[in-house]
Parts: sequence; structure tokens; C-alpha cells
Amino acid sequence: MSTLINWYQKNRIKIAPYLFISPNLILFFTFMIFPIIFTFYISFHNWAIIGDITFVGLENYVNVFKDVVFWTALGNTFYYTAGSVPISMILGLTGAVLLNRKIPLRSFFRGVFFAPVVVSLVATGLIWSWMFNPNYGLINYGLNAIGLTGLNWLSSTTWAMPAIIMTTIWVKTGYCLVIYLAGLQSIPDSIYEAAEIDGANSWKQFLYITLPLLKNTTVFVLVISVINGFMVFDLIYTMTNGGPGYSTTVLVQYIYQKAFVEGQMGYGSTVGTILFFIIMSFSAMMLWLGREQTS
Amino acid sequence: MDLKTTIIFLILCFVSILYLLPFIWMLSTALKSPAEAVSGELNIIPKEIVWQNFPYSLSVVPFMGYVGNSLIVAFFAVILTVFINCLAGYAFAKYHFKGRNLLFLLVLSTLMIPIHIIMVPNFFILKELGWINSYAGLIIPRAAEAFGLFLARQYMLSIPNELIEAARIDGAGEFKIFWKVVLPNVKPLIAVLIIFTFMWRWNDLIWPLIVVSDSSMYTVQLGLAIARGEHYIDWPILMSLTLMSIIPILIVFFIFQRYFVQGIVSSGMKG
Repeated sequence: MSTLINWYQKNRIKIAPYLFISPNLILFFTFMIFPIIFTFYISFHNWAIIGDITFVGLENYVNVFKDVVFWTALGNTFYYTAGSVPISMILGLTGAVLLNRKIPLRSFFRGVFFAPVVVSLVATGLIWSWMFNPNYGLINYGLNAIGLTGLNWLSSTTWAMPAIIMTTIWVKTGYCLVIYLAGLQSIPDSIYEAAEIDGANSWKQFLYITLPLLKNTTVFVLVISVINGFMVFDLIYTMTNGGPGYSTTVLVQYIYQKAFVEGQMGYGSTVGTILFFIIMSFSAMMLWLGREQTS
Repeated sequence: MDLKTTIIFLILCFVSILYLLPFIWMLSTALKSPAEAVSGELNIIPKEIVWQNFPYSLSVVPFMGYVGNSLIVAFFAVILTVFINCLAGYAFAKYHFKGRNLLFLLVLSTLMIPIHIIMVPNFFILKELGWINSYAGLIIPRAAEAFGLFLARQYMLSIPNELIEAARIDGAGEFKIFWKVVLPNVKPLIAVLIIFTFMWRWNDLIWPLIVVSDSSMYTVQLGLAIARGEHYIDWPILMSLTLMSIIPILIVFFIFQRYFVQGIVSSGMKG
């Protein structure tokens, strides 16, 4: 025993870091790395929680590709992402430009736009479900006030997804705003002063100075936002649970539905694996593009 | 203030009011009688303010139990997460050991992996461990946050090596150095980690959804999401519950707004 202690004392600088990272690594391997490998594995099997795992080869994949609902969910996921990400980013950038000056109540405004980011998506989903209520909701009340007809938002196959996208924009704009604001604050004033002397107006300054210098920030916000878009779940689960019909069914929720509601673990894992590769290839592509532009 | 700033200020005031409308609408509904909420009239200030909604909704839904569960989960998750991420972050930042970069890359690669994709195996692992419907299952698996680790390592890099070396010469053990020298020097990092971990745990839905099936173990978010589907629960009740669910996080946010912004910007955490 004492020799062991002596050995540790001599080598502690070599051993200590391994001890320090071990709690983290054990958890990462158990609940992240191993599950990923296991997801691939399950995707080639049929498994209904209770009962045996049976190998079925590519059968799940063939079935997924023939599954109309899967393609609908994939389309909806893209629709949701394409509908919410660009608008959130544009509004966030606009807000950041407006706030990037000496203005009274500045941190209060920033707080207002950022508050929806810290509120849980379940609470957000509930608040907006009530806002979109066809008979008593604030949105239709506002539409009626300006002489338009209200819509059956969340119970309409056409309007449910746009309603969820609007809700998302309300949440994500503040997130984009805060990151853009930090990006803007890292641009030295002297550049703008020089442009001012050269006679560039505000719009030209924005176009030729601000935008190019925010390129990295933009790539970064875009990657994070798109990945988050592909992973949407909480809002949909709370607001529509994928309905009406399959009009707001998205991939993550379809995985949950198949695996945990219908008990088809293998099928759910197959959809999970496909989503994994979509996200990975997208991330790789975006990072590669970002690198191209900066070098 | 010049004219341009004044105009921008007025625009911001107007947009802020619009932006706060959902919150105002929630508060307004939470204080209305069920009859007034569905009267078709729009009163931001209710005709009669029904404080009774709050105690009543707590009697309809065992919400305080959910709050208790969420607080237990958030509290222990904060302690565990902050501790193990600072420890690992320090090791990755300040030690040279075999496999360091490879291991760190491996951990970072999990940043991009959504928990949603690995729901199925995680459920299976929890079952094997007997952690379904338990605090352990809610707290432990998600304590290793790649974001927290990344943030911790970034911050620890700025600690002067002389500080650590001096403590070593004084004969302090490695863990003692971490505990007595390193931690007191990274207070802002600890603040950011505490706030974010609390927010993630408090707001999380998908993980409790996998771990918990027994209603006595519901967290706030799970309880809210399930209450949404109950036919006997009307909007004023739902809004008063929603309001109560976001008060803790909004208080934390407005007190520590600076740290939130700092954390988001330095790590680009999940939005």
C-alpha cells in the first residue's frame, strides 16, 4: 500500500489529470458515445422494448424510405428551419445594429428581446397556443381589428406550421441579436470614422464594412440555428403534437412517436440515424464553407 | 440625443411593447375569471382581478410537487455539473498528458449531437441501471455538458501557470491546488456555469420525458406539457401555471443578465 502511495506521489502530475477528467469521460462514454454506436446497432434490428432484439438487416431503412410520413416529417423539418432561421437572423441583426449605439434604456431593450430565450419552450408553446386561439386569442383579435378574418391557426393544416414558425422567430431573434451585438462591438469605431471622411453614408457603411466583418458571426449563428431547427421538439410537442394530420410532424417528434409511443425502437433508431447524418453532413459543409471564406 | 437616436429610441420602445405582449397576455389571462377569458372581449386589464386562480390552479394540478422535483434536479445538477466540468476543464487546460487533444476533440464532437437522436439507447441504459423514475436518472446522465466543459477549459487557460507552480513548490497536492488556488480564481466562470446549468435543467423537457413515467416524479415542464392536454383545465389556470413556471428563471435572468450574455457570446451555446 505504501509503495502505491509513494508511486502516486512521484507521478502525481502525470496521474492527476486522468483522475480529473474521469467523471466527465465516464458520463460521456456511457450516455453519449456508446448510445450513438448503439443507435446505429439498433437501427438494423427490430426491438419492442420488451422481448428480443432480432436482426433484420436493412429492412428498417427500406421501410423508412417507403414511409410517406417520414418524407412528410423531413419536409416539415426543412420547412420549419427555412421559415424560422433567416427571418430570426435578419431581425436579430437589425435589432443589434439599432442597439449598437449610446441609447437610453439600452440594457433594458436587450433584456426584453432576450427574455424569450431563457423562458422554457413548453411555457412559450403554451403562451402562444393561447395567443393563437381561434376564438379568444390575441392574434385573431388583432386581425379582426384591422378588418381581416381570423384563422384557425393551430387546427389548420395550412396555418399550424406558420404559427409555430412565428413563435420560433419570437424566441430566436433575441439569441441572434445578442451574438450579433457582440460581433458589432468588436468592430473598431475608427473604421467607420474613416468611411465617414470618405463620404460613405450609413447604408454604404453597413453594406461594405459591417456585413463583411460579420461574416464569421453569420456563419456561426447560421450553423447553430439550423442545427437547432432540425432538432425542434418541445414547441411542437406542446403546441400541436404533430397535428393536424401530419402537417407539423417533424423528425425528432417522429422518432419519439415511433420509439416511445408505438414501441418500435428499431424504426425510431433508424430515423434517428438518418437525422444524425443529415446534421453531421450539414455541420461539416457549413464549417468547410466558413473556413473557405476566412482563409 | 440627436434626432436619429430619438427616432430609434421610439421605434425600440414600440417594438419592445409588441415583444412583451405575449407575456402581458399571459399575466392578464392568469388573473381573469374563466368566464371573462372566453367572453370574446379583449381586456388587457381584467374587469375583476381573480387572485384566486393561483391557489385554485395549485389544487387542480399538483404543481408544487413538480416545482420541488425541478428544484431538486436543478440544484444537484448544478453542483455536480459545475464541479466535474471545472475539474475536467482544468485538466484539459493546464496539464500535458497522453491523449489529451484526442479526448478533448472527442468530447467536443458530442456538441453537435442532439440528445434527441440517442433517446432510445439512453432509455435502455437507464432501464438497465434501474434509474427510470428516479432523481439519479434525471440528474446524473446529463451532468457532463460539452458546453460547460468547453467554457471551463477556455477560461482556465487564462490562469497564470506561476500561480499553480508556486502552490506546487509549497507542497500542495494536485487536488488541493484545484480547490484552493484555481477555483477561487474563476468565480465569473462558476457564475456562468451555475446560471446556464440551472436554466438547462429547469427548462428541459425531452430528458424528463424519457426518464419519467410516474406522475409523482414530474418536473415542472413535463407537468405543464401534460396539463395542456387535460380537458378539464381552462386557459386561466394554464396561464397561471405557466406564469409560475417562468418566474424563477426570469428572476435569475434579470439579476444575472450580464453573465447570460457573456456565456452565450463566449460559447455560442444552444439557442
